[in-house]
Amino acid sequence: MTNAPVLPPMSLLAELTHRCPLQCPYCSNPLALDGRENELATEDWLRVLDQAAELGVLQVHFSGGEPMARRDLPQLVRHAASLGLYSNLITSGVLLTEATLAQLAEAGLDHVQLSFQDVDTAPAETMGGMPGAQAKKLAAARLIVAEGTPLTTNFVIHRGNVSRIGRMLDLAVELGARRAEIAHTQYYGWGLVNRAALMPSRAQLEEATRAVEEARTRLAGKLAIDYVTPDYYADQPKPCMGGWGRRFVNVSPIGHVLPCHAAETIKSVPIPDVRTDSLAAIWADAPLFRLFRGTDWMPEPCRGCDLREQDWGGCRCQALALLGDAAATDPVCTRSPDHARISKILADLPETPPPLVYRRYGNAPG
Amino acid sequence: MTDTPTPPVAEDSVVRFLRGTRLQHDRVRDQWVIQAPERAFIADPIAAEILRLVDGTRPVAAIIDILAERFAAPRPVIAHDVLEMIASLAQRQVLTA
Repeated sequence: MTNAPVLPPMSLLAELTHRCPLQCPYCSNPLALDGRENELATEDWLRVLDQAAELGVLQVHFSGGEPMARRDLPQLVRHAASLGLYSNLITSGVLLTEATLAQLAEAGLDHVQLSFQDVDTAPAETMGGMPGAQAKKLAAARLIVAEGTPLTTNFVIHRGNVSRIGRMLDLAVELGARRAEIAHTQYYGWGLVNRAALMPSRAQLEEATRAVEEARTRLAGKLAIDYVTPDYYADQPKPCMGGWGRRFVNVSPIGHVLPCHAAETIKSVPIPDVRTDSLAAIWADAPLFRLFRGTDWMPEPCRGCDLREQDWGGCRCQALALLGDAAATDPVCTRSPDHARISKILADLPETPPPLVYRRYGNAPG
Repeated sequence: MTDTPTPPVAEDSVVRFLRGTRLQHDRVRDQWVIQAPERAFIADPIAAEILRLVDGTRPVAAIIDILAERFAAPRPVIAHDVLEMIASLAQRQVLTA
């Protein structure tokens, strides 16, 4: 364990619920979805927000599931605003109406990130599993922009929609978004289950990158574009969450406190809980947060690597999912002794994608 | 969309924060930060001095005057720094004219 002082987190990911009208097969939620009956109560979330602000969190991202499925969302936004926390709503938009948006804006909501599954209705609704969703999302985007709340549109990329990235970004501009995220699927949880159905080929990845670069030139000054690549094709791993227990703290619908969305897959230590401990105590002392913080936990080749404080060893949950060892070097790294696993996964991708496994309660394999 | 970033800034411009963007004192770390969509970045001391004077009514020339007096510095030097900083923050979708 490093002896350096523990710096406070910058951001809180508040996953208010796992309930969602959509069923996207690349959902970042865990395979074991939390049920409504176990969700934190409003007063628990108000306390979490108090503790987050006290600890030094600057931004709170209200996410899910669909966070608008929680009726207390405006109350939570209002409380966050009163504490000086910057509030971001990460939503599918399908439950958003003029009235619910007005409530949130009045409560002090700072920004909305609205997800789209695609630019064309048919493939969008095949992926989201909700007929009628695209029209609702387009209407939501127009309401948000008309109200004046800054909007980021988010598009998750996979082998089926790579060719439409340019048009997705045109749609973002047409809707009046200030920012757009073109985010390749991240292969954890549901995304990992559906990897063979979603992973693009290397040629498709290059096509995607070209489309983003072309749009950055074409739309300069109109739209800021964030681009997230699928790390299987990278030479170095991504700095997952900006380092373990370093910038982000994630609270699950039932109050589990996690260094990242997928950290409940790590079973070697107890999962801390906001119902029994304070956020500050958990952040500083919980074994789950201390497990991979800093660089002292690292095996070779990470330990002696010049990039150890840039990528922080990559993703622990990916090492666990692919190698069975959360403390191993992320196999995405070309310096990992297990990197051949990644090359083999990519070489073995099927020509014809297998059927999608939709994200819904009781639908996880195994 | 009415809240569009508009880069060219002159001394007679009145700049303001784009909605969803603000300067905030980070009490825990004792620093000024710019809060923006899905990111917060540190405002260095010079940026913080300028941004604390951005109120949506004061022209850029007035901000320059105040800072030139406060730091007893030649006005052209301050004007250059302020205009450059504001242009950069407009490009980053923090300020708009």
